[in-house]
Amino acid sequence: MLDATAPKFDRLPAGVGVGYKPQHFEAILNDPGAVCWLEIHAENYMGDGGRPLAQLRHLAERFAISVHGVGLSIGGEGRLDPEHLARLRHLVSWLNPASFSEHLAWSTHDSGFLNDLLPLPYTEATLTRVADHIDEVQETVGRRMLLENPSNYLAFDSSTMAEVDFLRDLTRRTSCGLLLDVNNVFVSATNQKTDPISYLDAFPIDAVGEIHLGGHDEDEDDHGDVLLIDSHGKPVVDPVWALYAHTIARGGPRPTLIEWDNDVPDWPELAAEAARAQTVLEGAVG
Amino acid sequence: MTSSQTTFVEALLAPDLPVPDGLVDPAGLPAGKRFDVYRNNVAVSLADALETAFPVLAKLLGSANFRSLAGLFLRAHPPRTPLMMHYGADMPGFLEAFEPLAHLGYLPDIARLELALRRSYHAADATGIDPALLQSTPPDRLMAATLKIAPAVIVLRSRWPIHAIWQFNTAEGAPKPQMQAEDVLITRPEFDPDVTRLGPGAAAFINALQSGAPFAQALDTAQAEAPTFDLTHTLGLLLAGQAITELDDSQ
Repeated sequence: MLDATAPKFDRLPAGVGVGYKPQHFEAILNDPGAVCWLEIHAENYMGDGGRPLAQLRHLAERFAISVHGVGLSIGGEGRLDPEHLARLRHLVSWLNPASFSEHLAWSTHDSGFLNDLLPLPYTEATLTRVADHIDEVQETVGRRMLLENPSNYLAFDSSTMAEVDFLRDLTRRTSCGLLLDVNNVFVSATNQKTDPISYLDAFPIDAVGEIHLGGHDEDEDDHGDVLLIDSHGKPVVDPVWALYAHTIARGGPRPTLIEWDNDVPDWPELAAEAARAQTVLEGAVG
Repeated sequence: MTSSQTTFVEALLAPDLPVPDGLVDPAGLPAGKRFDVYRNNVAVSLADALETAFPVLAKLLGSANFRSLAGLFLRAHPPRTPLMMHYGADMPGFLEAFEPLAHLGYLPDIARLELALRRSYHAADATGIDPALLQSTPPDRLMAATLKIAPAVIVLRSRWPIHAIWQFNTAEGAPKPQMQAEDVLITRPEFDPDVTRLGPGAAAFINALQSGAPFAQALDTAQAEAPTFDLTHTLGLLLAGQAITELDDSQ
């Protein structure tokens, strides 16, 4: 239970957070280091009880929590799943997190839930559909949400808009905020042979409520060109740190998350990544 | 007209289908291998989820065989909701109909046991009654009472030695399974489910309580099935497992 003297986490602090993994529960409580907030994947906390919810209740007393959905399929052609929306509303209403975010992607279709963030063509029709879905989410969950830019491995020849323009239009139509994943920017720019700095400089920075940093894998396409894959299984690479520093210098300190979901390291290694992000944030202030 | 996401999904789940038209690389050429990133993400992430859900099945079959099975399963039964904690509910039925593994008749029940463990893990919290309450209730009132059973409590009945097979594959030095029917009780005293083998009649007794039958009726059911039903031992298991959350003797 939150007691009256506990700080109220009504927004994410402009410091560093990590993606919460249950194996770090004790370590985070004992030695959080630079970490002052935590992000959870919404779908992992939609059970009825047990350890996951008990841990979350405990952590929420001490840390601001960001709820990050991975299953809403906001870009889906069909209507949003009302049962899943209801589950999200329930989680957000009892937890009252500092932030709620989802992805510019789709993952559900008539055949089922595909457990991946699938790509969208950037067209007027997609824009209208996604804006309607964001409106519905914000109305149902009862708060402003942040929408995350994707990692792209391919493009649609039907696209008529640049991704940054698409995202900017969405913020105007729905008043949603944005979650800027700098690793996704680097992955997409490399894969699409575009300039990540131009993308970042065009990004509607005032709408950014959170930044993600993570690692990626390297592969190649049919023509031997480098193909980066967003895997969240490695340290953040130096070019992404440089893009992050560029972003913070431009927009000022923002809540920044280290995302490490696969081959999760021991706490000290993750805490060291968080400390590195903290150094960048402090550099911007000082 | 087929929607573009329908075409995308069909190609996603069938590696032998061509990459859908209109997906391109930076030079405007067909996406080719770039589309395979999504194919791979879907297949690997779902197979990983199944391996997490069914560690004993994976051990019994061997990792490579299990991954092949998972590849067939995830295409026939993609998740129905984004809650991966429940993914795999169709696995027992899938295994029952899967000819190549028909000689391993116990696999569907092992899958049921692993599903039940996850269900119990995520079930609603509940606090067990004080054991003294059971002792202090007069026998005639107890016989008429109904006992509420915790949501995390699950009983499984199998014609296979599922408890012995599960133990043999999860506990060091557990004895080799002998062919016999076994009933299993899952309780969750705090956060980790416990698995216990039940004696004769106990599964019928607990099932009756779960369906709301009064104590006397549950006892009759158990004794009709097994005259050797051990009531004291069974109540001890339930109390230790925080499985009885309410004793209603108001009738």
